[in-house]
Amino acid sequence: MENPVIELTGLTKLYGSLKAVDNLNLTINKGEIYGLLGPNGAGKTTTILMTLGLTEPSAGKVNVCGINATSNPVAVKRRVGYMPDNVGFYDGMNALDNLVYIARLNGIPESAVRPRAIEMMEAVGLERSMYKKAGTYSRGMKQRLGLAEVLIKQPDIIILDEPTNGIDPSGVKEFLALIRQLSRQQNITVLLSSHHLNQVQQVCDRVGIFVEGRLLASDHISRLSDQLSSKESHIVTITVADVSPFTDHHQQEIEQQIAGVKAVAVSGNTITITCTRNLTPELVRSFVKNGLDILGVQQKEYGLEEIYQRYFENNLTENESNGKSGSLFQRSFFKKIKN
Amino acid sequence: MESPVVYFKDLFSKKLKINAIALAGREQVMHRPASPLVTIIRKEIGDHVRSWRFIVLLVLIVLTFLASMYVSVTNIKPAAAGEEPQQFLLYLKILTTTDGSLPSFHIFMSFLGAILGIGLGFDAVNAEQQNGTLIRLLAQPVYRDNLLLAKFISPLIVITTLFLSLALLMIGGGLIITGVRIEIVEILRILAFILLTVLYVGFWLSLSILLSVKFKQATTSALTAIGIWLFFTIFYKIVVNMIVKAFLPDPAFLSPDDIMYYNNVILNLLRFSPSQLYTDATTVLLMPTVRSLGPLTVEQMAGAIPTPLSFRESIMIVWPQLTGLFAATTACFALSYFFFMRREIRS
Repeated sequence: MENPVIELTGLTKLYGSLKAVDNLNLTINKGEIYGLLGPNGAGKTTTILMTLGLTEPSAGKVNVCGINATSNPVAVKRRVGYMPDNVGFYDGMNALDNLVYIARLNGIPESAVRPRAIEMMEAVGLERSMYKKAGTYSRGMKQRLGLAEVLIKQPDIIILDEPTNGIDPSGVKEFLALIRQLSRQQNITVLLSSHHLNQVQQVCDRVGIFVEGRLLASDHISRLSDQLSSKESHIVTITVADVSPFTDHHQQEIEQQIAGVKAVAVSGNTITITCTRNLTPELVRSFVKNGLDILGVQQKEYGLEEIYQRYFENNLTENESNGKSGSLFQRSFFKKIKN
Repeated sequence: MESPVVYFKDLFSKKLKINAIALAGREQVMHRPASPLVTIIRKEIGDHVRSWRFIVLLVLIVLTFLASMYVSVTNIKPAAAGEEPQQFLLYLKILTTTDGSLPSFHIFMSFLGAILGIGLGFDAVNAEQQNGTLIRLLAQPVYRDNLLLAKFISPLIVITTLFLSLALLMIGGGLIITGVRIEIVEILRILAFILLTVLYVGFWLSLSILLSVKFKQATTSALTAIGIWLFFTIFYKIVVNMIVKAFLPDPAFLSPDDIMYYNNVILNLLRFSPSQLYTDATTVLLMPTVRSLGPLTVEQMAGAIPTPLSFRESIMIVWPQLTGLFAATTACFALSYFFFMRREIRS
């Protein structure tokens, strides 16, 4: 499936002395849903603008569908549908006219413009209010209209900047489901940026964690989770029916005989064991051998929330302990991640 | 509340289509998609025509026009009495005659034109940016210069239509009221006057578009544009007078040649103001008897035949003014291009 449609190489953007994006290398393949994650001001929007040729990079190259986005932005814009962070429409025109205008700008033949616009409105579920002024639209409706506008040009790539901002939870779910469905049906590549982790987790094939202009990690969520948990200690929680057979002697046996066990803690009917690698099978065998009735075994999984949190915790503590400028702590932080 | 909007919508919708087709050129086949420029122009014209802002400006200009027409028509008789019948150009007189209670239409236009230009252009780019529509628009396969050109061309189309219809109304009304035939030279001069007015409005339009590119807030650009306009209409003359008093010698001690020279210097200084250029040019175009915009010596006047100038000669006199206005317009437009083309657009 190695078929890159977006290739960013050595991409750098400077605003004065501030590095908004710092030597970014990123490849996104066809049909993939890629989530760009990061806190506000991490350089997500700047990266997106450079991908579209709306901003010139200070250094590096952007290739979208094999076209250089900096020197030939119009050809890229023909292929890419972009929905900005704050979608705005011409409030004085009705929603359908807004859509028709964009369709015309994309060179859709005049006879096909209206039918297609109406079709798109139906696709995003706005057919009932398409003759309403765009100014009367709620945030969620505007977001849908924005999606309709992105889709009407039949793009190869969709770029969504904070698409879930300001929509209620059920709306978000629907919206993301719609994006995923479209991407799968028509093999559209989707790049979406967000700081809402759990939402991104639902739809993305791969995520990139973006902090202070650098891509700290970029992979499948499961692999990121593995990476993180291999570095961190594993925690296994075992619940037993009766804790009394679990004696101090038994505890010592576990700690000494099974290599890698770091700590054992008992509270009520649950025994929490911290270990350096995944020891669940060994632990269970040992428990059974000792005549304990196991009711449940829980292995701690790292979700995106934890992954994200972990990266930011590191970031934050480094920041505090260093108390120095961003670039310095970034460097030391980066080393830590690589180790 | 809806009625004027609906009225204008119906009135202009045909015109819009005609304009768009005319712009697209003859080879444009109907079922082929229109070029982005034409699409944007069409939408912009529609927006302008339906906006309350334009309706207010329109009412302002139409009222001014009617008032000055009324004054000139009621005073046309005394004005006509002193003229030789062969040299009397009625329709130019209607445009310029006044009894002093109201300035004539072309003087009115020297400041209303500025307001019109500023009013139609001050939020051209920054309002779109504020609303978040600019980034959406530029994410479409549209060149940035297309957008800027459309922002400039569409108000020009609207005001050309406006002034042409006003002039035609005036000529038609004059024909009905007086029954005097219109001379070709009058048509030429009135057309030239309209073109000049459009050019003048175009200057203020490109200036305000420049400011709207430069400033993020529409109010800032509007205020700056109005500030520049006020400076040129009120303060500039005062400043020039002060400089003249401070630096130029007392005329009482000067030879006539020197006085003439200094007079020309002062006039040239005043001509840095676009409204001065416009007033100069319209005066010459609408009054064929005006032979020069500067002072003339007795020697220069000797042997002159007291007839009105031909259209070509009037144009020759105002050519520098026309060039000046055109150059200023182009300069503003080029600057806004320069600022806009490589700018980062964020919502």
